[in-house]
Amino acid sequence: MTNTQTNRMPQEPMMLEEVKIRLAGDCLIHLSLSVAAGEVVTIMGPSGSGKSTLLAYIGGFLPPAFEGEGRVWLDGKDVSSLSAERRHIGILFQDPLLFPHLSVGGNLAFGLTRAVKGRAARKASVCEALEAINMAGFEGRDPETLSGGQKARVALARTLLSQPRALLLDEPFSKLDADLRVRMRHHVFERARSEGLPTLLVTHDEEDARAAQGRIIRLAPNGMVG
Amino acid sequence: MRFRPLHSAPMLISLLMLGPVLAGLLGALLPTFGWLPVLGGDSLTLEPVRALLATPGLARSIALSLASGLLATLLAMLMVIGLLSAWSGTRLFRWMVRMISPLLSIPHAATALGFAFLLAPSGWIVRMISPELTGWSRPPDWFFPHDPYGLAMIAGLTIKELPFLLLVSLAALPQIEPRRTQNLVRSLGYGPMVGWVHAVWPRLYRQIRLPIFAVIAYASSVVDVALILGPTNPPPLAVQLVRWMSDPNLSMRFLASAGAILQLLVTLAALGIWWGGERMASRLLGCLVQSGLRFQRDEWARRLAASLNVAAVLLMLLSLGGLVLWSFAGFWRFPDAVPVSLSLNTWMRQGPMLMEPLYNAVLIGGLATVVGIVMTLATLEAQSRMGKRSGRSAMVILYLPLIVPQVAFLFGLQLILLTVNASYALWALVFGHLIFTLPYIFLSLSDQWHVLDPRYMQMATALGRSAWAIFWRVRLPMLLRPILTAAAVGFAVSIGQYLPTLLIGGGRWETITTEAVALSAGGNRRLIGVYALMQMLLPFVGFLIATLIPTLFYKDRRGMTPADR
Amino acid sequence: MIARPLTAGYSKALITALPPRQTRLTVLKKAVLAAAFAALPSMVQAGAVNVKDWPAVLEKAKGQTVYFHAWGGADRINAYIDWAGAKVKGRYGVTIKHVKVGDTANVVSQIIAEKAAGKEDGGSVDLVWINGENFASLKEKGLLLPMSWAPDLPNYQFADVKGKPTLTTDFTVPTDGLESPWGMAQLSFYYDSAITKEVPKSATALLDWAKAHPGRFAYPKPPDFIGSTFLKQLALELADDPSVLSRPVTEENYKTVSDKLFAYLDALHPYLWREAKAFPDNVSSLKNLLADGEIEIAFTFNPGDASAAIANDELPDTVRSFTFEGGTIGNSHFVAIPFNANAKEGAMVLANFLLSPEAQARKQDPSIWGDPTVLDITSLPNEDKARFDALELGVATLKPEDFGPALPEPHASWMERLEKDWTSHYGVQ
Repeated sequence: MTNTQTNRMPQEPMMLEEVKIRLAGDCLIHLSLSVAAGEVVTIMGPSGSGKSTLLAYIGGFLPPAFEGEGRVWLDGKDVSSLSAERRHIGILFQDPLLFPHLSVGGNLAFGLTRAVKGRAARKASVCEALEAINMAGFEGRDPETLSGGQKARVALARTLLSQPRALLLDEPFSKLDADLRVRMRHHVFERARSEGLPTLLVTHDEEDARAAQGRIIRLAPNGMVG
Repeated sequence: MRFRPLHSAPMLISLLMLGPVLAGLLGALLPTFGWLPVLGGDSLTLEPVRALLATPGLARSIALSLASGLLATLLAMLMVIGLLSAWSGTRLFRWMVRMISPLLSIPHAATALGFAFLLAPSGWIVRMISPELTGWSRPPDWFFPHDPYGLAMIAGLTIKELPFLLLVSLAALPQIEPRRTQNLVRSLGYGPMVGWVHAVWPRLYRQIRLPIFAVIAYASSVVDVALILGPTNPPPLAVQLVRWMSDPNLSMRFLASAGAILQLLVTLAALGIWWGGERMASRLLGCLVQSGLRFQRDEWARRLAASLNVAAVLLMLLSLGGLVLWSFAGFWRFPDAVPVSLSLNTWMRQGPMLMEPLYNAVLIGGLATVVGIVMTLATLEAQSRMGKRSGRSAMVILYLPLIVPQVAFLFGLQLILLTVNASYALWALVFGHLIFTLPYIFLSLSDQWHVLDPRYMQMATALGRSAWAIFWRVRLPMLLRPILTAAAVGFAVSIGQYLPTLLIGGGRWETITTEAVALSAGGNRRLIGVYALMQMLLPFVGFLIATLIPTLFYKDRRGMTPADR
Repeated sequence: MIARPLTAGYSKALITALPPRQTRLTVLKKAVLAAAFAALPSMVQAGAVNVKDWPAVLEKAKGQTVYFHAWGGADRINAYIDWAGAKVKGRYGVTIKHVKVGDTANVVSQIIAEKAAGKEDGGSVDLVWINGENFASLKEKGLLLPMSWAPDLPNYQFADVKGKPTLTTDFTVPTDGLESPWGMAQLSFYYDSAITKEVPKSATALLDWAKAHPGRFAYPKPPDFIGSTFLKQLALELADDPSVLSRPVTEENYKTVSDKLFAYLDALHPYLWREAKAFPDNVSSLKNLLADGEIEIAFTFNPGDASAAIANDELPDTVRSFTFEGGTIGNSHFVAIPFNANAKEGAMVLANFLLSPEAQARKQDPSIWGDPTVLDITSLPNEDKARFDALELGVATLKPEDFGPALPEPHASWMERLEKDWTSHYGVQ
């Protein structure tokens, strides 16, 4: 790991305090939760139960149709009034969403925190990150030429390079084939733990939940905690 | 709340479009009721309206305008439906798609002139087969351009609007996943064409409705094409009204203003009729769904669609070819299939005179395009950040200049600009062009903008990037191709502007188009050929650049090449 | 801009020459005002042109840019204007910009718009090529420079005012020195001698010819300029007493003339091109129709047109001209300065140059343009006379002596009535 990342390990938990999300007046979600550093909490529920909306609220990009309230505590600070880019909450979606106009290295550099200064240092950080996912020398590659697993790993590495203080996973394994899914789960959870990140996983796959080895919160179809 | 300049962009842009059109309409409305003091009209009267209604043949003129607007649009739309539903993904289809962008950049007037020369009794086709096949050593006396029913005009408009509608459809289609949908419906036993009409068309139509409205408005108020191909006794309303506007007897200006207002009503009526037609068509389609008819044998319809589309493209190409040939022609007498001699004379004589008009056209078009792109991006970015859709309904105002006929408000607009002492300045001219380029730029870009997966932006935000950084480093590069295409469209629109350049520029800004129109008054086909080609060249270069830059820039980025259709 | 330093000097001179009663303050105010006006040069010049003092005009014109709005539909005319522009720039330091217009009415619109917007100076049009109804309209609405300037141009002395009454009466409207003559025009007909052997020499003969050659004659749709001229030609020729046409129209004299005219047209129309269900737009479409062999007889106002078209490969070299024996309508065309022209002096310098024997002779050269001169050649000095003698007319150009008498344009009121009636008779088919 690079120096900058090992320097400051978040020790504080992520806390959700009385988070409520409404759509057209109906309450979809009402939840309080604390996720310890390095812990992976899984939220399960059928589609439409609002689990992705919850992640959007925490991340800071709740669609305007929804109304959200309640606090999100991170590193001992209430981040719920901060704009999304200042929250330092990393997110991974079903799709790796690598920027198609940038090379693999470009994607990682895009994610790399501004705290790493100087061309050489930034380049080195990107190289290290690639080595860490067994993809050394891939800097110049077109992301479109990568395999599904490689893309997923680059996406994770990119998020981690931005030094998040918490990690949100929005069904990140659902589009991978079975074999790859097992390896990717292992990889992601392993990294999240070693970085000491409070992590929230949203899924409807029981296997995911089991592999996360953490608490499981089940949302009823109406979104209330069942 | 903090003041955010960006967030006022949608409002600003709407005002910018609304203001000139309303002011211009007011400038036409007052003389309609007799108010234009400079010409002695200083009291309100219904006289101009009465004079207008007493014009012989007015009903026919109106009918012609309505018919050309509606029929040309309908035919072009049916041809697009036929091509997309029956031939998507085939070699024929790819050929069509390759042909249309260059065809789109041919100016309307040039298409019409080429078309007239191709099909006239003394035209190229008759020349090619005479006297060998026909025995004609003199042209036959058949009624081709200027036929009283306006068929020549409608045909000309149809083949000219076909590429435009096809292009906007192609831009909208990827969001609909037509292949998969069509296959699904076919698996239910529907013929490919009717299946496409059931499954893809309604959604596609919703996307291209606005461009279709613009085509109706354009075709119902077009002047140049109608002059070249349309009936003469009486002509369509727009032609009639431009004649009044240019009558040496200045009191005719009152009549002309009343005509301009009538033209607006006629265009609105055409749109209204179309709107009614939409309801009926959707009800019919509903009945068809209910009936469950499968139309499995649509071979004949497929063939018809193919031949109509191919014929349209061939007609355009031949029209263009005719113009090219004329520009190099020595003497060319009927019924010779080709000129007696070819020469560079016309090109050599015109060459030096082309430079300034070309430069001016590029300058004005370039500025209008850059400003248009910046304003469009500002508006779209503001919409995205505010995250509300409310801004989008206000955007309808943006299309006002496309719906309101140019002839109805330009004279009034000129008056206003003169009053604020702004006319003839470059910025005023750029502003005048902007009124027409901006809607097209917005039209071509906004869908692409909204279609970009918002999770890319969320991802970038989560990586700690500010909104502006995301705009510059994610949105712009990812949308490079559509942005450049929109710019090329805007540029092409600017190049084609005649009346705004003339009226607002006060004749001080010669562009390739003002020169082309002035010279076409002389009817010299060699000159028309040269200028039409030059008029076509600029937009073509624009589209070429718009295609090449992203290709060069992203030659190692497979994700950035346009999806294979 | 040299205006500022000059004004400063001027105000200083004023102060020293101060009449004792005036305070320095008012003078200062005046000086400030003068400086303010100097920033808008045209305002200082407004109405201050004394054409009789020609050297002063030349002095003021130097450095001006003249926007000359002139029909730009023929490249040979455009090339001629280019040439004139280069000469004027070289000799007098006046820059000429030819604004090519498709329709002079657009220029009229522009001047109206400027008037409506209160733009009393610094207008966009400095000089406009004009005649007939457009001139009459501008004159009537007071949209021309309100002074008689043309007769004071140095070259006006050569203008054939006596021999060519149309130089001072433009379509029966007195020019009053508001426009300066540029060229002459007379209606003439042309045909392809390789195809057509016999041509009609009068209106009645034309009707018989058309009956014998159905679909091979056409005239542009009035109110197109040349189409209306054709109607006027017929009206003059068919009228029992053509002199009534030079007076304003009255109910009874209108009926006698129009009855004959429309009876003639009713008889002619079934034999026209497309059976008169469509009409060509203008003189150029008429020429194209002849070139394509769709019609056999066409006509034009510019006697050099056919020869120039041959030189341009637009018409076959077998085309020849003819005219009606009883004479055809003739008129003149002019250049005029709008009321708010920005470069009035420059416009006058150009108008004067266009009237010079040098420019007029070149204009009459069929290989250049072929537009007949407005000058009285006999009044010219010998070397200028020689310029004209050296000209060779084209094969398809009638010599001046072959033209019949030039018939005067009818009074403008006739045209309005006839055009209106024409539209109600034939405007809708």
